Amino acid sequence: MECTWTRKDLLSIYDLSADEIRMILNTAAEFKKVSERKVKKVPALRGKTVVNLFVEPSTRTRISFELAEQRLSADIINMSTDASSLKKGETLLDTVKNIKSLQVDIVVMRHSASGSPNFLARHLKAGIVNAGDGAHEHPTQALLDIFTMREKKGSIEGLNVSIVGDILHSRVARSNIWGLLKLGAKVTIAGPSTLVPKEFERIGVRVCDRLKDALEGADVINLLRIQHERQRAGFFPSTNEYARVFGLNRETMKYVKPDALIMHPGPINRGVELDSAIADGPQSVILEQVTNGLAVRMAVLFLIGGCIKND
Amino acid sequence: MEASNKTLLLDENVINAAVANIAQAVISEFSPEKASQLVFIGIHKRGVMFARRLVKAITEKTGTEPHLGTLDITMYRDDIGRRKTLPQIYPTELPFNINDQIIILADDVLQTGRTIRAALDALTDYGRPSLIRLAVLVDRGMREFPIRADYSGKLFQIPREKKIIVKWKELDNEDAVYVSDRVPQAAAEQAPQTENAVKQ
Repeated sequence: MECTWTRKDLLSIYDLSADEIRMILNTAAEFKKVSERKVKKVPALRGKTVVNLFVEPSTRTRISFELAEQRLSADIINMSTDASSLKKGETLLDTVKNIKSLQVDIVVMRHSASGSPNFLARHLKAGIVNAGDGAHEHPTQALLDIFTMREKKGSIEGLNVSIVGDILHSRVARSNIWGLLKLGAKVTIAGPSTLVPKEFERIGVRVCDRLKDALEGADVINLLRIQHERQRAGFFPSTNEYARVFGLNRETMKYVKPDALIMHPGPINRGVELDSAIADGPQSVILEQVTNGLAVRMAVLFLIGGCIKND
Repeated sequence: MEASNKTLLLDENVINAAVANIAQAVISEFSPEKASQLVFIGIHKRGVMFARRLVKAITEKTGTEPHLGTLDITMYRDDIGRRKTLPQIYPTELPFNINDQIIILADDVLQTGRTIRAALDALTDYGRPSLIRLAVLVDRGMREFPIRADYSGKLFQIPREKKIIVKWKELDNEDAVYVSDRVPQAAAEQAPQTENAVKQ
């Protein structure tokens, strides 16, 4: 029996089955072709309204979602932190009630508090797409990462994927880990021990203290952005030391397989977690991740759009 | 899940004859110099097999193989959000320029005409063909849109309560067309959508 999509929300990768993840990836492959046509638009979400509710600054994810919505012919409302009343002290529930009154069909939400998209989903009939919530999940980022890996490597099963950096605070890492494990990849995480929780071993992730161990034998290396405020909070001594011990540079590149993919969710701290020459080098698929992000988000919005009830 | 009261409508011989007749009609309509612009595009899922058969028949008769493409119309449906679930999207493969080409759009069953409406919208997003013709294996009546087939294998007036099930060897191990009772609405909502129930 072929898989069918029955969810009105995409809140996390954790909730999805392997078949559902595959269905999104297969659907995304077809939407990728739409962006390669002369007419880059389909009428799939014509007459539907999407609210981009970004209660945490974001440029690339918001732009990617916005373009995906336009290419599906949806009507768009953008609400961001600067403009919205949330800054004036409105509660999230009041914002939700306002959205409800506007009869929108889909809400794409970015929020610094984990679980806020789940809160929205409980209160709204509209479809909710999580565009990143706190340190919880960033499902579309994981889907685009996995899409890119699958496109380049053929299959996720048995693939050795290493995620390097601040795992503790990373929703990108969490979503990737769940998705990759469900599809049968072998996942390794590495970084400063203060930022790499050992608890991940319990779900079948290999935890490394040394970068070398994570790089050797990896088919994919996904580097996370290291945030300077973490250094200020004392998780690691200095950015320079991080770059020396956990940065991917000409020196540490010698442990990397010549056909391994180098990935980064962006924006890159050049010279910290990743050297410029490697970011722009032949093994880097960072810009393809951006292209695939658009396709994956079109697929997600399309599938969600098919499951919201408007009677 | 197999539907109840399934009766055979067309067997393999009748299907083969219908394919041969349509292929001949296409050859007769287009002069040899026009025939070089012929492009067959099958609509997923079971129109693709029909288009493939037509291309094979034409190649055998004329010695030249027309282009063959596939089209998925899911992104162009008019019932997104009205359905319980969305069908899986199959690959659209049009590895050629359709501008100024003569397109024979092929589908297994012509019913409401909504699939064809969607297919025409999709095709015009890929280019500007000089001509689009519609070939169907079975026209079962029940039209809801002002659309008709230019070539049809068999014409029927089959009541709404019945559905048409097309089987192709490549997918189903037999070439046959059946007619059966539609699954009652209540049962259909609980059961997963079958391939034919998603046909518009």
